Amino acid sequence: MSEEFKIEIVNPEKSFLTKEDVTEVVVPAFEGEMGILKDHVSIISFLRPGIIIIKSRSGEEKFYVEDGIIEFKNNNLSVLTSSILNLAEIEKSKLQDLIKSAEEESNQSDISDQYKYLVDQKIEVLKTIN
Amino acid sequence: MASLDDLKKRITSVKSTQKITKAMKMVAAAKLKKAQDNAEKGRPYSQKMNNVILNLSNSISDKDNAPKLLSGTGKENIHLCVVMTSDRGLCGGFNANIIKKAKSFFSKVINEGKELKIITVGSKGNDQLKRTFGDKIVENISFKNSKNANYFDAEKVGKIIIEKFEKDEFDICTIFYNQFKNVITQIPQVQQIIPLNTEDGDQNKSEDSYEFEPDEDEILSNLLPKNISTQIFKAMLENSASEQGARMSAMDNATRNAGEMVDKLTIEYNRSRQAAITKELIEIISGAESL
Repeated sequence: MSEEFKIEIVNPEKSFLTKEDVTEVVVPAFEGEMGILKDHVSIISFLRPGIIIIKSRSGEEKFYVEDGIIEFKNNNLSVLTSSILNLAEIEKSKLQDLIKSAEEESNQSDISDQYKYLVDQKIEVLKTIN
Repeated sequence: MASLDDLKKRITSVKSTQKITKAMKMVAAAKLKKAQDNAEKGRPYSQKMNNVILNLSNSISDKDNAPKLLSGTGKENIHLCVVMTSDRGLCGGFNANIIKKAKSFFSKVINEGKELKIITVGSKGNDQLKRTFGDKIVENISFKNSKNANYFDAEKVGKIIIEKFEKDEFDICTIFYNQFKNVITQIPQVQQIIPLNTEDGDQNKSEDSYEFEPDEDEILSNLLPKNISTQIFKAMLENSASEQGARMSAMDNATRNAGEMVDKLTIEYNRSRQAAITKELIEIISGAESL
């Protein structure tokens, strides 16, 4: 099928995931969710906390990210992120921990509005997964 | 000449030192493999990050209003140097090489009449620098408790640097680390991270046009702090691979030297033992002859 493109997710430690047969990817871009299909225009954008959905022939995979950058060029999608978790493997207790620490951060008074907005969003996303 | 007993003692002590150095070599070799793997796995991220930033900075329309992390403060008065060394010794010239490189850079900066500030990462660097540049060290960071280089630590260092930059505490930031080439060669590197040097890296990439969401400025100002942490992390990974490599070859040398010493001492021991036997024999024979 010619409707496929390549995705590569890297985090600082290693190359997290590479897939050659992706048909559609939905990423939580900064200004809203963005679906990427083959032959999308070259784009650079960055991510807010949310869920990346990767649809390929072998099925659908979901990943939770907190931040990152995406770059799409020549049917290559690169996702650079320092925090990524596979939803299928994530444990409930770990989720709870994440929510708790995010809530603590959100309750601090000395953070900027923009940061608070991001943290609140993070909590919301985490709660929906939970 | 030392007595037989003394020689014997020395031989055993050298032998036990050899055992230690040999064990350290083995440990370093095992760790090296892992550190090297990590360094290699970490490369795509920093490379991609660099590419994206390069693309961005090339397409930025208004160069004068570019984020300061990219274009600099416009001054060159205060230098911040981040010297990255190990927390442990016994690794040959590893730390000494970085320190040497850093010191020559420091004296250059001072000679030009500019102000110098130093952050040391790793306790060995701090130990060596505080004697001559003690008053210049503004921060000392050590990750003795973390087993491997991890991104979390790098981010901490990055945050400190950015905080200082935002408070206008320095104009130019340079990092010093060892690049891992192979087990015997580590190259001390000097890399300027603020303002970012966008000239190196392949230029042909700039032809592609990108769409940006949100606009370039906003992406850049979000990306640049991340890039600092990424560069630090890269340096940490290279450093840890270099450290293990340097330690491995240093300990290999030490083991070999100890082996040579044992050989020499054994020969000396055997000679003096033989001399003692001959002496006794002569005494017995000459005693018997005189009868």
